[in-house]
Amino acid sequence: MTKLTADKKHQEMKDTVLKGGHEKYHEKNKEQGKLFVRERLELLFDEGLQAEDGTFANVLAGDLPADGVVTGIGKIHGRTVCVMANDSTVKAGSWGKRTVEKIIRIQETAEKLSVPLLYLVDSAGARITDQLEMFPGRRGAGRIFYNQVKLSGRIPQICLLFGPSAAGGAYIPAFCDVVVMVEGNASMYLGSPRMAEMVIGEKVDLETMGGAKMHCSISGCGDVLAKTEEEAIAYARQYISYFPDNFKNKPNVEDPKLPATFEKSIEEIIPANQNAAFNMYDLIDRIIDEGSFCEVKKLFAAEIITGFARINGQSVGIIANQPRVKGGVLFHDSADKAAKFISLCDAFHIPLLFLADVPGFMIGTQVEKMGIIRHGAKMIFAMSEATVPKITVIVRKAYGAGLYAMAGPAFEPDVCIALTGAQIAVMGPEAAVNAVYANKIAALPKEEQTAFIEQQREEYRKEIDVYRLASELIIDDVIEPNELRKTLELRLDAYKSKKLTFTERKHGVSPV
Amino acid sequence: MTIVKASMAGTVWKILVAEGEQVSAGQDVVILESMKMEIPIAAEEAGTVKRIIAAEGDFINVDDDLVEIE
Repeated sequence: MTKLTADKKHQEMKDTVLKGGHEKYHEKNKEQGKLFVRERLELLFDEGLQAEDGTFANVLAGDLPADGVVTGIGKIHGRTVCVMANDSTVKAGSWGKRTVEKIIRIQETAEKLSVPLLYLVDSAGARITDQLEMFPGRRGAGRIFYNQVKLSGRIPQICLLFGPSAAGGAYIPAFCDVVVMVEGNASMYLGSPRMAEMVIGEKVDLETMGGAKMHCSISGCGDVLAKTEEEAIAYARQYISYFPDNFKNKPNVEDPKLPATFEKSIEEIIPANQNAAFNMYDLIDRIIDEGSFCEVKKLFAAEIITGFARINGQSVGIIANQPRVKGGVLFHDSADKAAKFISLCDAFHIPLLFLADVPGFMIGTQVEKMGIIRHGAKMIFAMSEATVPKITVIVRKAYGAGLYAMAGPAFEPDVCIALTGAQIAVMGPEAAVNAVYANKIAALPKEEQTAFIEQQREEYRKEIDVYRLASELIIDDVIEPNELRKTLELRLDAYKSKKLTFTERKHGVSPV
Repeated sequence: MTIVKASMAGTVWKILVAEGEQVSAGQDVVILESMKMEIPIAAEEAGTVKRIIAAEGDFINVDDDLVEIE
């Protein structure tokens, strides 16, 4: 072969590979509002893929360009990251032997370079015809998940789900730090609706069983629901800006910004009545750098808010009770949500800010059956273990085990601050007076009951008065609500050098 | 037609709308009392209140029907 023909052949082969699968599958993608894998990567990276490996994987098969997955390295905000991205125009993004090998290799690369790894998933699962080569062995698909577990907490692992993530493949998102799902196209399921009908007789559509909206609001397997692929990619680019490249580094500090301005001050938005609801987002907006909130699991267990933000340019992870939803009471799902978020922040040196306004954990038969105690234990476990700077703010109230879960004084926060008017107690005045004096109240003549109850509640309020707690050194400071932002700026700066090993052991036995 | 359901177990404290009334999406229609907290329950979609199903003072469980909106 002459050099000229060799070059021509090379160019032809390369062109074929870069085009992906058959034209009809590109058309189908377009109809579904899906981008071609290489277009996705153009959007994701500052300037496209800078290095790609395995471009010619399975090239001789003819109809399996890159064996259905693109793996390589690119830059986000000038920082190097690794990526694997399924090509749904090639056998529906299914996995063959080389697909799996390429994914494993990019995981190994990300580990060696100590940089974040993004999984852009759009895959029908294993190619059954290739199962012996790609399923059971040492470098079979199982190794992908093993590697994910090993990389967890070493480097950020982010999943963008553009299409299906089926059967075993559904574990890729499960082991990522965060999962962004595109509404209408993304799905996760172990068995397809067709299989469910055959095996268990259930008739169900894909969206109901494993759609993006379901996973982001009910199962909690998805973290962020995006309307379009562009939105999902933009979220990933923002998300990564709060993180360091790996667990050995600290997050970047960006240019500080003032919070957005509002007509009402913090003092004015917090209702005096402890039992009335208010919107915690309104408080968050008043203390963070303008436009810096990046929420995780917004639609799931909304009674607790978890998200990244910046205060004076510094990355923080916020865990805040939301009195507007279910009174801000902690449930099994809210505890799970907070536990994962706390563990994520702690792994990558992102300081934690707890904004407590919590009546406690939910009670009743239903939640006991759901195992609220063991779920609550997960949150308390993760929060206790966290060694990043922990700042606790009692915004209005912290009752019962709610105080513990929200990093109360016993859990080594660097500071526990109360806003003026805050209450900390085993339970609120109404419940406490009932609990202590139920018999006595019942024994009193009816006309004397109300006066007695009110008098006891007042006594109780004095007992749990915030200055009494400050005087006893239970809380470290009491501040005016409008001073909160400034206090947080100063405290976060002061705790920068915190270094702590929680304890020495192989590992704790984490409640599940 | 949509049914506004209880987000958690508790007692119906106040019903804020009457049958025949127009409501907008996100508008609070019922306030529950649970865990000593006021729990506002909003309509997910806009419409007309067709039927008030729960009564003030009722104990309700999670997912119980409160108000029907058309």
